[in-house]
Amino acid sequence: MPANPEPAGPSATLPPRAKLAVTAGKVAAAVSRTAGRGSGSVIGGKVALRLDPDLLRTLAENLDVVLVSATNGKTTTTRLIAEALKAAGVVVSNALGANMPAGITSALADASEARFGVIEVDEKYLATVARDTAPKAIALLNLSRDQLDRSSETRMLAEHWRESLQGSEAVIIANADDPLVTWAASSCRKVVWVAAGQAYREDAWSCPSCGGVMQRPGEDWFCPTCGFRRPQPHWALRGDQVVDPQGSSWPIRLQLPGRANLSNATSSAAVAAVFGVHPQVALQRMEAVQAVAGRYESVFVAGREVRLLLAKNPAGWLETFTLIDPPPSPVVLSVNAQSADGTDTSWLWDVDYERLVGHPVFVMGQRKLDLAVRLEVAGVQFQVVDSLAQAVAMAPPGRIEAIANYTAFQQLRRDVRG
Amino acid sequence: MSESALRVVWIYPDLLSTYGDRGNVLVVERRARQRGLDVARIDVRSDQPVPTSGDIYLIGGGEDRPQRLAGERLRVDPGLGRAVENGAIVLGVCAGYQIMGHEFIDDQGQRAPGLGLLDVWSTRGESHRNVGDILAEPDPRLGLPTLTGFENHQGVTHLGQGVSPLARVTVGGGNGTGDGTEGAWRDTVFGTYLHGPILARNPAVADLLIKLALDVSALPPADNTWYDALRAERIAAVQQPA
Repeated sequence: MPANPEPAGPSATLPPRAKLAVTAGKVAAAVSRTAGRGSGSVIGGKVALRLDPDLLRTLAENLDVVLVSATNGKTTTTRLIAEALKAAGVVVSNALGANMPAGITSALADASEARFGVIEVDEKYLATVARDTAPKAIALLNLSRDQLDRSSETRMLAEHWRESLQGSEAVIIANADDPLVTWAASSCRKVVWVAAGQAYREDAWSCPSCGGVMQRPGEDWFCPTCGFRRPQPHWALRGDQVVDPQGSSWPIRLQLPGRANLSNATSSAAVAAVFGVHPQVALQRMEAVQAVAGRYESVFVAGREVRLLLAKNPAGWLETFTLIDPPPSPVVLSVNAQSADGTDTSWLWDVDYERLVGHPVFVMGQRKLDLAVRLEVAGVQFQVVDSLAQAVAMAPPGRIEAIANYTAFQQLRRDVRG
Repeated sequence: MSESALRVVWIYPDLLSTYGDRGNVLVVERRARQRGLDVARIDVRSDQPVPTSGDIYLIGGGEDRPQRLAGERLRVDPGLGRAVENGAIVLGVCAGYQIMGHEFIDDQGQRAPGLGLLDVWSTRGESHRNVGDILAEPDPRLGLPTLTGFENHQGVTHLGQGVSPLARVTVGGGNGTGDGTEGAWRDTVFGTYLHGPILARNPAVADLLIKLALDVSALPPADNTWYDALRAERIAAVQQPA
């Protein structure tokens, strides 16, 4: 240990074992970075947790922790909340999406003067991380099908959330328009309900409480069998305005496109209010957020503008289709099936690719032939290509919308960097 | 609905549509239309009666609890049983396959009665879950090429005397009984563990269902370029794992 460790904040007050663990983690991360294996945050966290299994708990003790979990939008929402809370104090966050305990530990170990820890959490780890970090607030945005070959099924996940959050002291900020999220949150003591919308409803036809067939007239939903129903929301997204619990409307002016981000901003404003940040202030701060980890980023390839869009599952693809330029703007689709994507491509058939009729479409990625069959059956005109460069060379005029699933998106980002 | 339309009934999309099963409906619809047929697609939610007048019935996969609910609701609805008595074609996948048998294990670990449309019964595997690409050689009487698909199930399905295996597994788990069988069929009723979805990976099976429904031995040719390319890629990928 250096004689005068330079960070003066909470880590200076850590117990010796935790200090050692933090230092060891930083060393491991630096080695990993030097070796060109990415940011090193996950390996660093693993090393640190091995030395001090209670490290996450220790690091979180000095922070007001906010957890964010969902199938879609958690990285972006974490970023929006972090921006909003900067109005009230220094924020530390796992901004790059390392959302399992090791990555989270690593992110918090960087805390120096921070008051807030805004943490994205993988759905499956919410119970563990909530137990270790004693959060003040937990934002639950949505739950839908995602990577069924390796993660648990959506209703079981909702049940798991419900059981683990039951005794939580945290304020739960939950999407009242998502029946599974509502089921997960409805046994909690302090819930702020947000009418944040739900575009993809195919996982929400069966009542999570009793299995009855859900009725969904207009915005409302209820189960006629057991009476489980949509709670009265405190906050709501109306068009492009946030309506707060007093009934005042505040405009959302994001750089990020799409309905899903209006929804994320609404939930973020509700979270910020828990910590006394006024919605107007919170929303103004969110305007500064541009691309998050490359999502929605516009790049230039051979002189053509290409917008990079991430869509990992049917709900994500549906939201993405609503924000792309209208036909005849060219669209590139790239799909992989690595273990991080899920190796089963059946989900392609839960996505309404019929919506792309009228766009010139180019398909690529490891599973471009699965896409080809899917588009053939959807009646969409398409061409199979080997690379983004080839698609760009063939594409008719207009901004090119490139939509990709997880590892295919990372590949696109590497490709455009050259 | 036109009298001349091919009636394709999708049973319980609200409960049994977790693994891209909609793809099977879309592929049957598409391939029938490509042959100049009118298609009437009927989606039956689990609070609606199953019509008896369908030509092809499709039942998909689902989580354990929806499977139990679907089984309970189909058992008190005589629609599907009557349709089968009238010679309707049925394809059940995964949970849908298990429901068509005599019994299956439900989400509470209990033995739940099925519909008895296939002489099979399902138990739960000890620990091993079959997840991954699967290849199987179909019953030669069906005149089908190699089957390719993706399986994801813990269930084990045992076949009785009243059915034949749909196929013999060359890669993967299939019925999970250790005898190399995959799926089951008799007359016009078919059950399988193959997702993918099965009809997108194996358009010849979609054509078989259509031929049985029309009672014809052949259909006009359809363009199989992309299906064939996908099949070749998946078959090669499974035979030489990366």
